[in-house]
Parts: sequence; C-alpha cells; structure tokens
Amino acid sequence: MPTEKKGFPTASGIAPEAVGEAETKAAPLLDMRGIRVAFGSFVANDAVDLTVRAGDIHALLGENGAGKSTLMRVLAGLLVPSNGEVWISGRRETIAGAAEAMRLGIGMVHQHFMLVPPLTVAENVCLGLPSAGRLIPNLKQCANKIRALAKAYDLDVDPNARVADLSIASQQRVEILKVLYRGARILILDEPTAVLTPQETSGLFRILRLLAAEGAAIIFISHKLNEVMALTSHVTVLRHGRVVASAATADTDARGLARMMVGTDIALPKLEDTVPMGAVAEDGKGPVLSVESIVCRDASGVRRVSGASLNVRSGEIVGVAGVDGNGQQELAEAIVGLRKIEGGSISINGHEVTHASVADRIDLGLAHIPEDRHRTALVEPMTISENAVLERIGDAPFSRSGWIDKAAIASLADTIIKDFDVRTTGREQKIGTLSGGNQQKVVLGRALSRDPSLIVAVQPVRGLDVGATAFVHRQLLARRAAGAGVLLISTELDEILALSDRIVVMFKGEAIGELKREEVTVGQLGLMMAGQVA
Amino acid sequence: MSRTEDAQLKRPHVSPALVSSVAAVFAAFMVGALLIAAVGVNPLTAYGALFDAALGSRNGLSETLVRTVPLALCGLGIALAFRAGVFNVGAEGQLYLGGTAAAAVGVVGSAFPPVLLLPAMMLAAALAGALWSGLAAWLKLRFRADELITTIMLNYVAIDFVSFLLHGPLKDPNSPLAQTARLTTEARLPALLSGTRLHAGVLIVVVVVILAHLFLWKRVGGFRLRVVGFNPHAALNAGIDVRYTLVLGFLISGALAGLAGFAEVSGVQRRMIENLSPGFGYTAIIVALLGQTNPIGVLASAFLFAALQIGATTMESAAGVPSTLTTVIQGLVVLFLIGKSAVPLVLGWLSRRLRPKAVT
Repeated sequence: MPTEKKGFPTASGIAPEAVGEAETKAAPLLDMRGIRVAFGSFVANDAVDLTVRAGDIHALLGENGAGKSTLMRVLAGLLVPSNGEVWISGRRETIAGAAEAMRLGIGMVHQHFMLVPPLTVAENVCLGLPSAGRLIPNLKQCANKIRALAKAYDLDVDPNARVADLSIASQQRVEILKVLYRGARILILDEPTAVLTPQETSGLFRILRLLAAEGAAIIFISHKLNEVMALTSHVTVLRHGRVVASAATADTDARGLARMMVGTDIALPKLEDTVPMGAVAEDGKGPVLSVESIVCRDASGVRRVSGASLNVRSGEIVGVAGVDGNGQQELAEAIVGLRKIEGGSISINGHEVTHASVADRIDLGLAHIPEDRHRTALVEPMTISENAVLERIGDAPFSRSGWIDKAAIASLADTIIKDFDVRTTGREQKIGTLSGGNQQKVVLGRALSRDPSLIVAVQPVRGLDVGATAFVHRQLLARRAAGAGVLLISTELDEILALSDRIVVMFKGEAIGELKREEVTVGQLGLMMAGQVA
Repeated sequence: MSRTEDAQLKRPHVSPALVSSVAAVFAAFMVGALLIAAVGVNPLTAYGALFDAALGSRNGLSETLVRTVPLALCGLGIALAFRAGVFNVGAEGQLYLGGTAAAAVGVVGSAFPPVLLLPAMMLAAALAGALWSGLAAWLKLRFRADELITTIMLNYVAIDFVSFLLHGPLKDPNSPLAQTARLTTEARLPALLSGTRLHAGVLIVVVVVILAHLFLWKRVGGFRLRVVGFNPHAALNAGIDVRYTLVLGFLISGALAGLAGFAEVSGVQRRMIENLSPGFGYTAIIVALLGQTNPIGVLASAFLFAALQIGATTMESAAGVPSTLTTVIQGLVVLFLIGKSAVPLVLGWLSRRLRPKAVT
C-alpha cells in the first residue's frame, strides 16, 4: 500500500526553488512548534521550532548534546514532548510510536544502520510490513517495487543481494529505500556522510537532491559545515536545546554557523599558536616512544605491520598519516600493548616494553585515546565515576589495600567533569547515556588527568562536532606544551597537518617516509600515502 | 509498589533489576495458579498449603533453610562468575567433588586436631570445586573452549568419577551401599535448632553473602571483575589483567559450589553418597539469574526456591496438586526473566496509549 503514493504530493520534476515558491502559501510539510522535552531536570529541547517545506533540504546543526537527536526522536514517535505541537501538511498530529510516524510519512535513516545482515535487500525492506503478506512475504512483488523506486531515485541496489555483502554506501541506500518504500515524504538523515568516502558522499547528495526535487522534505543532520553549505537550502542551529538560528543557507557562511553552534568564535587550534617545540625536546633525553621495525598481524592472521619504525620525543606531536587500513590501527594497538608483536621492539621512556603488559606501560606514563570509544575505551553500563577511575582503581588514593575509596573517585570524576566540561546530570550518570562528544571528554580527561608523558591518540575527534574537536585538539597541544610526546594517528589530513611537528606516512604496514612540518606539502603527502616515496 | 518506586528514584541502577525479578516471580505464580485451577483446585488453597509447609512451622522453616544453603552457595558462585562474563553451568559437578573431598578428609580426619577438622574439610571441598572449574578455565584460555559446553560436560565426568570413588577407594567396607563411612561428630556441622536438621551451614551462607557483597562493591578485585564482565576490551585497554580476572571468576565459582557440597555432606547427609544433590547446581543457575547476580538477591531467590521445593510434597498430599508444579514454576520464572525485555515495550506502549489523553 505505501508505494501506491510513490509520487510525492507536489508535481514531480520541478526544481526545489520553484516548488518552494509555489508552496509558500500552502502549509509546510512539517511544522514543529515550541517543542519541549525534559529528562528530569535536564531540558533537552526547549521551545524548538522547525519548519520544513516540500523540496527543502534542511540542515539541523548543533554540537553533541545540543538536542538534535532528541528533536528527531520526537518526530520519529520515540519520545512524547511535554509541550509543543507537530503539524504535518497543515494538520496537527500526535505521533505516538514508530508505526504512527511511518503512517504520517516520516522516515529516518539512522547513523547506525538498522539492517539484518544475513537477509536480502528485499527481505530487509519489506520486513514487518503487512502489505508484503502476512505469513509468506511476496518478495517478488517487493523486489519489483524496489527496482522501480531504485530506478526513480538513482539508488543502485540489487533487491536480491545479501545485505552482509554490500558496501557501507549500498547499505545506506537500502536504508533510504526502506523509508521510501514505506511512503516517507519527510526523510531524516542522521549524519549520513560520517561513514562515506568523498565519492560516495557526492553520490548520496545527488540522490538527496533528486528526492527533494520530487517534493520530499529532507532533514540533514551533520557536523560537516562544508557539506551543509553545499547541499542544503535551509539551516537550523540548536544550542543547549534551543534554536539559536534558522535561515536560508545562502544567507549564512560556514564560519558564522560554527560560531552559532558553539556560541563563540572558535579558532581551530593550530600548532603555531602554541609554544615552539624546542627547549623541552632538546633536553638530551631519549625519545618517550621508540618503535624499532615491529611486525604484527591482525586477528585473522594477516600481516598488517611489517617493519615499521618511528619515535616520538618529549614536547612534540608526531602525526601518522595514511589511507585507512595501512596498519595504523595495529601499530597503535602494538604500542599500547593490546596486540602481540612478532618482531622488533618498543620502548617507552627508555624502558623496553615490547612484551610488557598494558598496566606496565600505563605505569611508564602511557595514555591511550582509542579509536573505538564504545568498544575499547568505555564500560557503558557503568557510571562516569567508575569509567574515570578505570585505569587507576588499583592506585592510591582511589583504593588502599584493595578497599575502594568512593570519595577519592568522586573527586576525580568531578574534576574531570569540570576541567573537561562534560555535560552531564552528575558523576553517577551511566556513561553510555552521554552524547558522543561528552563520552570522549571523559576518555580524554581520564587519560590526561594522569599527566602522561606519552599519549597515543587514534582518531581522537571521530564523530565529534566542531566545538568538541577544537577542545580535544587544544588539550593535546596543551600536553605537548607541558612536555608530553603525542603520537597522533588519523586519517583526517587536516587534523594531521594542523597539529603535527613531524608526519610519518604509513603505507602497507611500513612507515615509508617522514616529513618535517616546514617541508610538507599536501601534494607530496598525498603521493606518499599512495605509496610513492619521493 | 510505592516502595519500589522510591527505591527506583534513589538507586536507579538496582531497582529495574529488582522490579523485573519480582515481576517474573509474580507472573510465574499467576500462570501456576491457572494450572492449579485447571486441575480443579483453588490456587489459594494449594499455594497456602505449599507455603504453610515451607514456612509455617519450626520444622518446615528449618527444612527450607537447610535447602537454601546449597542453592545459595552454588548460586553465589554462579552469580560472581556471571559478573566476570563467565557462564559456569558446572556447579553440580563441582558440588559433588567438593562433597567427596570433604568426606574423604572427614573420614581420615581422626588424624587432625578436632578444631581443625571442619576448616580442613571446607578447604578441601573448596579446592576440589575450584580445581574442577579451574579445568574449564584452562580449557577456555588455552583452547578457547566455551565454558558453557565444557562445564556442563565436566559435570558428567565429575559425577561418574565420584561414583567410581564411592564404589571403590572411598567405599565404607561395612556397608553394602556405595557411600563413605559415617562422619564422626567432629566432622559434622553443629546443629542450630534441636529437633530439626538446621545446621551451621546457614551461617556460612550469611558470611559468604556478606563477603561477596563487599567484594563486588567495595573491593578493587570486584570492580575489575565487573569491568571484565561488561567489556573485556575496555578492561584490557585499562591495564586490567583479563585472563587473571576470568580465572578468578571460575575459581571463586567452583570453590563456592564445592563448599555447598561440603555443607550437604557435613551438615545433612553426614557421609558422601551417590545422588548427593537433586540438581542443586542446576537450580542455582536460575537462582543466580533471578537474584540478578546480586549477592543479597541470590540469597532471597535461593530461599524462595528452597521454600517451593520443600512445600511441594505437602501441597501434593494436602491439595492434590502434583509437586512437579514447582518445577513448572521454576521454568516459568526463567521464561519470564528472559522475556523481561518485553516488559519495557509493553509499559512503553501502555504509557503512549495513556499519556496523550493526560496531556491534551
């Protein structure tokens, strides 16, 4: 049934601008008025208005924890606001539950896909739909509809392919198909480009423009300002649960948006703004980290690092650049002690730690900011306090002769919350319920509050917004100024270029070259990342 | 109801578990009531007979407490292992080995000074149980053998090995049965209440509950155990020795099951026999689950299950309801516990149905 109304209510094929003009008199497709959502004393949304017309691509911007997800959960029927109204096509609606949202033509493409990997595309798309047949789904009919939709919107997907075999970008197209199949006219995309390559991103944008041109209203959640500028027609900025700006994208600029998101003019920190490396680095001591031609394999036995060498001195940031999957992750794991190495040696502050335990390395001054927060850094069912003390629970004052000192842990947690500006209801909040940026602040606070001499930071700003990114970078620079050595592993060239004293390029498991900050050019770096040593 | 709501406000991370356990028990009893009614008996009469027999008399209460001992000890062991992410379903075999070790020490125990005999038996029982769960730990760490499989298989090995010992080396030469000689008074846990079988094993349980509670919430070791259970990757990254912690979980678990065997041998049977346990080690898995792996909760659910089992026969004779009903209730508790993820869904659905009316 849902696909019957495949064509959107407005005339198809008209350019978004034209639709916008023709429709200004008519009621907007989506009109949220004065939405308020509170969790206990924490107000996640307050007096939020959001109007999206057919043909609009509307950017929803805001820092982590600004209330974007809450607002979208209201729209998706997962939260009932305590105040405010939702109007769809000029009718006031109460969205009670996901099924109701679907009936009203609201569809959400989540950041983490909601697909069943072993099933085919068609099975995933018609999963749970009565129209596909109660007991035995009519997959053929479903597949035909999918083909028609895919053709109409340039969504290149084979209905009979197994989802597990598809690339990330194709899986995302399946998610989009899923909401279109259910007749969605209002599409929410939650950070859809976070997982895509630049080529895939431009493919997605083409699809979204096509959908908008067909009369869909699209809400695009992203942290990436250049994407917002390139794609969207309107933009609404949320901060601390309130709308701080709403305007046509053409009337704004990236810098202005960034300022509105965080409330102040943020200057992305750069190495030049801090003390020059020098005194601390040339004090005659050996490097804080020295890696000598190490070799290691990944979990499936594939050799990932083959003879990589590098060192990090006190007071410098060494960036490790490279295309994802060239052994950077395994290199980091070997250094912090999570991965066994087959050859070579590692020393921290002059102590050989090649086969030492993680705990020994931590005692020698190592701090690790891992790539996968959820898996490696956090114990999500535990509180902020418990997570803050994870590495130090065995040390005084947090425990004495094995007995835990709750007060000492509480004061550590409170210090981290204060110094690292963690937005929370309190230290006993479960860390899994914090926003990503705030979780990362705890991870960072935990690592840096130990005053480490060596920091291994892997993709430390992945998934963070502008404000949190600047915060993390400032903290790393501050540690550098205080004499710590930082190994920064990232696939974001901007990050590497902005922060590194030296840049090491990884290619196929080897550190194939090293560039000093003064001599690096993007072109040269690009060539080296492709395996060509000048 | 209002008390649980208060508790929910104060300690939000404990109460949802408590609520789901209480709800599971309640639901199981409701379904049980339907079954009783289906046999043509008034459920209130049947349940009344059951709980009167289990709790209503000095002797009944004593019997219930006696049965609480092995269920609680095995349940605590399983619960602590759970906390470390270890699923020990081998408590039954560990209990048999513990009981046998205790009896073996007790029988040759005349060599010990009397004051040291009971501690020596306890130690032997705990070591025997820990040895057996330690074997599963070794298989897991060395060969990545899933303990869910190995511990249950090792149950059969242990129970048959105990049979062999009771038919052979440990057999009482003066008895035709496969059992050890009777323990001397020094090797028996003292009685607590004359005229009943209530023995000092109950005190051991109380001590172990307190120790387990302190360990989990006040000790570094317990903290690390919980971290490993929740997220071993993060534990590794934080410098926690995950292998050591896992082994610790296995060993504590086995030692407590072994101790349960000691309590049965020394406090109840006064010798080691075949069929020492009517499946305590298995029921204890449900006990640990229902207790939400919380020591105090485990104690409470062990008591509940003990009462069910003790009251069952009286319910059969007094009300004509088959005693196997209690097994059905045990099974239903598990089903409702597993199905608890449905509860928030149902509640959410209800509140959505109700709330729009309340707001508008």
